[in-house]
Amino acid sequence: MTTALLRRFAGLVLTLVISSFVIFAGMYAAPGDPVTFLIGNPENLTPDNIAAVRAEYHLDEPLWTQYARWATGVLHGDLGQSMYYQQPVSDLLSSRLPMTLTLVAMASVLFVVIGVGLGVLAALRRGSALDSVITGFTTFVNSVPNFVIGLVLVAVFAVQLRWFPVAGDGAGFTDRLYHLTLPAIALALGSIALISRVTRQTMTEQQTLDHVEAARSYGLTMRQIVVRHVLRNSLGPVVTMCGLVMAGMLAGTVVIESVFGLSGVGKLLVDAINTHDFPVVQAILLYMVIGYMVVTVVVDLAYPLLDPRTMARSDRS
Amino acid sequence: MTIEAHGPVAVATTRKAAPGVFYLCLGILGLAVVAAILADWIAPYDPSATDFSALYQQPSSAHWFGTDQLGRDILSRVIHGARPSLLGAIALLTFATAVGVLIGTVAAWKRGWVDAVLARVTDVMFAFPGLLFVVLVIAVFDRGPGTAVIGMGLAFAPVIAKFTRAIALEEMARPYVDAYRLQGIGSVELCVRYVLPNLFPTLIGYLVVLFGEGLMSLAALNFLGFGAQPPSSEWGLMVQEGRGGVIQGIVGPALIPGLVIAVVVVATNVIGVRLSDKLAVKA
Repeated sequence: MTTALLRRFAGLVLTLVISSFVIFAGMYAAPGDPVTFLIGNPENLTPDNIAAVRAEYHLDEPLWTQYARWATGVLHGDLGQSMYYQQPVSDLLSSRLPMTLTLVAMASVLFVVIGVGLGVLAALRRGSALDSVITGFTTFVNSVPNFVIGLVLVAVFAVQLRWFPVAGDGAGFTDRLYHLTLPAIALALGSIALISRVTRQTMTEQQTLDHVEAARSYGLTMRQIVVRHVLRNSLGPVVTMCGLVMAGMLAGTVVIESVFGLSGVGKLLVDAINTHDFPVVQAILLYMVIGYMVVTVVVDLAYPLLDPRTMARSDRS
Repeated sequence: MTIEAHGPVAVATTRKAAPGVFYLCLGILGLAVVAAILADWIAPYDPSATDFSALYQQPSSAHWFGTDQLGRDILSRVIHGARPSLLGAIALLTFATAVGVLIGTVAAWKRGWVDAVLARVTDVMFAFPGLLFVVLVIAVFDRGPGTAVIGMGLAFAPVIAKFTRAIALEEMARPYVDAYRLQGIGSVELCVRYVLPNLFPTLIGYLVVLFGEGLMSLAALNFLGFGAQPPSSEWGLMVQEGRGGVIQGIVGPALIPGLVIAVVVVATNVIGVRLSDKLAVKA
């Protein structure tokens, strides 16, 4: 168990180092000299000026040195200086993060509750009209790009019915939640299909097993069987899938924030790409990659807790 | 956003649709292809022709889908948009398949360090969730339809490589492979002439479903403004340009191309699932 954990951890660190290097080297290799963006006004592009700016941003050093400098800084919480905003990247990120994380949290609650709920319903009423409706609906929703779903929501609930604001971030906690409702629904809808499908399938598999048959012959109520035996044993795959979807959402907010005009991390990323603000792009990509990896690892580690059988299996092998 | 559902989970669990639905979907896809090929002849208007006396027209006999913020005919734009939208997805899939099948087959054939390197590369690629890898490629090489397609292709390649590797490993364990090897047929010839053709039936169904995902992801990139540029009427870009109208209560310019994307993606998914059922069970 310990060696397995250690190996997993080592693999994780290696992947992280490689992907951070890919992110950094990509920006380094980008055609177009960042100096021209830094100086801005073409009249100021004198050799002296260029040399000064290059030295200031350490652009004159070789790739490895720059990467080492950047990586050490990142480990100390220093993500560099934004070329466009002229402030520390970590300040920019920390001002934008709460919005994005709230959005992801809201969307996660929605897709877990609705997705698992629909999956359970479909599994219990397998073969019925309700099952077909749920499967059909979720499959269709899964095929509509989420920016289109977002715009449909805006058109119906914000413009026509005026229940929700069209755009904006909202001030204060409750107002923020209110503003983020439509974006969260748009972000969650696409994932509901996946979660309900996984839930339905694992539960269907569980229902045919002997222990469920035994519980039924003991005369336990349907409700008890479902909650204690079927659902409990289906948790492993369902939680894993939920974790993966949630991790993916950290990056999925890029599109949704752009639809709803929210100033979160995703919007910052799009702006930074448009303004060639490389330190910001690097930092956000790194944040999203780390967030994604952390969530997937946590899910991996939680699996044996939910399903002790896997722990026994890995001990034996 | 959409490609976070890596692997066959999404494919295998969708239930079989009735035959009528299947043919309807074939028809829809066929229509989209015809629109892409014959756009110049069947579109009623020039897709870029602006008409400032007819801004934001409701659907009418003159403009079946209405007009957009510049008075351009939406139907003509959607028809012309089929070309960049479908071609983009085809190009990205062709590129991803070429790279993925090559890597997957080599990894299954060579095993050892090639396999280990592939596993590591795949891990690193999977560490970039959703569109993120493409965003990196676009940040590096600047926006444009070519960059979007290549970046997307690179993001899809490891998924295809992993899938190919799995089915190639199975195929290579079969006796006929050893038989050919004993006859002195070289590795490359054996792979290309005998093993790969046997993999294709299984691959095709998977690729058709990936096509829907690719179409949707490319549309998202174009929506963000990272791919096709105006005056192109690529569907994702049309949604982006029509966004302003939604706030004023005019939904056609944004939602019609959005709906078209959704319908085409549903159609390809149904076809893909049906194909993989039909072709893969044969063995």
